[in-house]
Amino acid sequence: MSATPEARPKTLWRRLGGWFEDRSHIYEGLLPIVQHPVPKGVNWWYVFGSATLAAFILQVITGVALAMIYVPAPSGAYQSLQFITSSAPLGSLLRGMHFFGASAMVIMITAHVLRVFLMGSYKFPREFNWLTGAFLLVLTAAMAFTGQLLRWDQDAYWGVVVMAEQAGKTPVIGQLVAQLVVAGSTVGGATLTRFFATHVFLLPALIFGFVLVHLWLVVFDGISEPPRPGVPVDPATYKQRYHEILEKDGEPFFPDAAWRDAVFAVLMFAVIMVLAAIVGAPQLGKPADPTIVNADPRPDWYFLWYFAVLSLIPPVLENFVILSVPVLLGVLVIMVPFVSNRGERHPSRRPVAVVLVVGMLLGLTVLTIEGYQAPWSPEIQAVQDVAIPPQIEQRATGDAAQGLQLFRIRGCITCHALGGAGGRKGPDLTTVGSRLTRDQIIVRILNGGPNMPAFGGNISDQELQQLVAFMETLR
Amino acid sequence: MPKDFFRLHGLGEPRSRRRFLAQVSFGLGGVMGLMLGVPLIGYLFGPLIKRSPQQWIDLGPVSDFALGQTKLVSFTDPSSVPWAGQTSQTSVWVRQTAPNAFDVFAVNCTHLGCPVNWLDGARLFECPCHGGIYYSDGTVAAGPPPRSLFKHETRIVDGRLQAFTIPLPTSQLSEYVGNA
Repeated sequence: MSATPEARPKTLWRRLGGWFEDRSHIYEGLLPIVQHPVPKGVNWWYVFGSATLAAFILQVITGVALAMIYVPAPSGAYQSLQFITSSAPLGSLLRGMHFFGASAMVIMITAHVLRVFLMGSYKFPREFNWLTGAFLLVLTAAMAFTGQLLRWDQDAYWGVVVMAEQAGKTPVIGQLVAQLVVAGSTVGGATLTRFFATHVFLLPALIFGFVLVHLWLVVFDGISEPPRPGVPVDPATYKQRYHEILEKDGEPFFPDAAWRDAVFAVLMFAVIMVLAAIVGAPQLGKPADPTIVNADPRPDWYFLWYFAVLSLIPPVLENFVILSVPVLLGVLVIMVPFVSNRGERHPSRRPVAVVLVVGMLLGLTVLTIEGYQAPWSPEIQAVQDVAIPPQIEQRATGDAAQGLQLFRIRGCITCHALGGAGGRKGPDLTTVGSRLTRDQIIVRILNGGPNMPAFGGNISDQELQQLVAFMETLR
Repeated sequence: MPKDFFRLHGLGEPRSRRRFLAQVSFGLGGVMGLMLGVPLIGYLFGPLIKRSPQQWIDLGPVSDFALGQTKLVSFTDPSSVPWAGQTSQTSVWVRQTAPNAFDVFAVNCTHLGCPVNWLDGARLFECPCHGGIYYSDGTVAAGPPPRSLFKHETRIVDGRLQAFTIPLPTSQLSEYVGNA
């Protein structure tokens, strides 16, 4: 392939370009790759994979910038992030871009997986593309988790403790795994550097490697043609048919298909930039401090669904869900392209695939909302600073007024709401006086319930009378 | 890769010089992998095989703790690295149950390790993560925890309370801590 056609006049630039190509072979090597033929009709559904890669590149670049200031040590991590956010020129914007870029990468890779699954693009001969993609999905989740830890605030610190406890449940090697993750027997200085090295060296290197293989396979086996109902994949004839599709009206990937990737990626960058500029970098919580137990640890939004799972599973199923379900899911995902490597690709002919995806998205959405609201967590702060609605306060006089104070001080309010104020772990008690009799209330307070402490032996007769008097005013 | 690649290059022929050189090259690659891998694995796993030393730590004079009170006490974790900063600290809940008899609870919820809070008015420990709640003696009152709060071993030396440290992950703890 010649970069200097004879017909054109040889300007200085052309001669320089020709010399460069003659010595570097860049066009010769890359043109056949970027211009590999793709089926006509490749459409906007095909942009999520390249958008994931674009988000990853944005993460690498903003990550390198952040690493120029960030100090991966407990005594400096939090302060250096504060400095980046409040003092470094454009630091808040860069941190914001890295944060929203992470969200974009998680969203895009999810959309890409779902598109590939719904369109049956993983079928013959693209099984290995599905597998490398599955590894990239796991690596992306690992990046998200390790990145959150680097904030070294209370959320990060207790997040790692929770993760180590889960790893510790592994049979036989649990302790080894947990201590390998946190680099010792406590979460501390060695943990932060381990997660830092993993987040900035190990995982990105693995992602680069898998992306290379992933794209390599795309070039060799081609982009899957848009599915049509009634046109099944048959491994015996597929390659021949795909070849014919390309022969008939294939287009060069660049620019005939790549322009859509460019448009979508630039839109994604714009959204990330706008969010980073307007919303800014995420708030840092309180600095990591094991001596401050008054913490309220929450994961970033993409793990809220799992936080909800950990809170909602019945204790008997817990070890199974934590240990076996990820393994089973992994095996299922690996099996997908081998169990169904042939047959219909169009979603309208694959109702089970559609139901699976819709069900999964619904489940994740419900769990994420639950995880955000976390009704199972007691509102520990409510003991100190809850504002009881005035209409409830006004009705409570005499003994009932004492009872209202006890309701707060004795911690009832941490689990039971009154007129919208207080915890939601237990039933809302705004109208309990009209639901339960005096005796029923007493029995419940003294004996507790399946998910409520028993206060018998922990409360005086007088306190009980006052508390019940107050609860009888709740109508 | 063409099907006859190996035949083309003489790699398939037994006892050929080319085949021998290929095997030597692969073998040397493996040797280099071992040279890098053995120290690396030792570096990462070595500290784990050597069980980190657990030891007695001082929680202060017995007179610091009123009978029946539950109090948070912080101390420097002896296994922490020199640059651990604030995270070299660890806390325990200390409760004098009878004169000179102490319960020293790990702050970690037995469910998944979050820090439990003592609510003095409610006389309960409450966990902010997944909703575990414990009575003042550490037994489970509500929520997902599978067992009561972990207790440190304690002793009193020269009028000072001491507790024996416990490592992460607590899910492996039964060998260190008696079932409370």
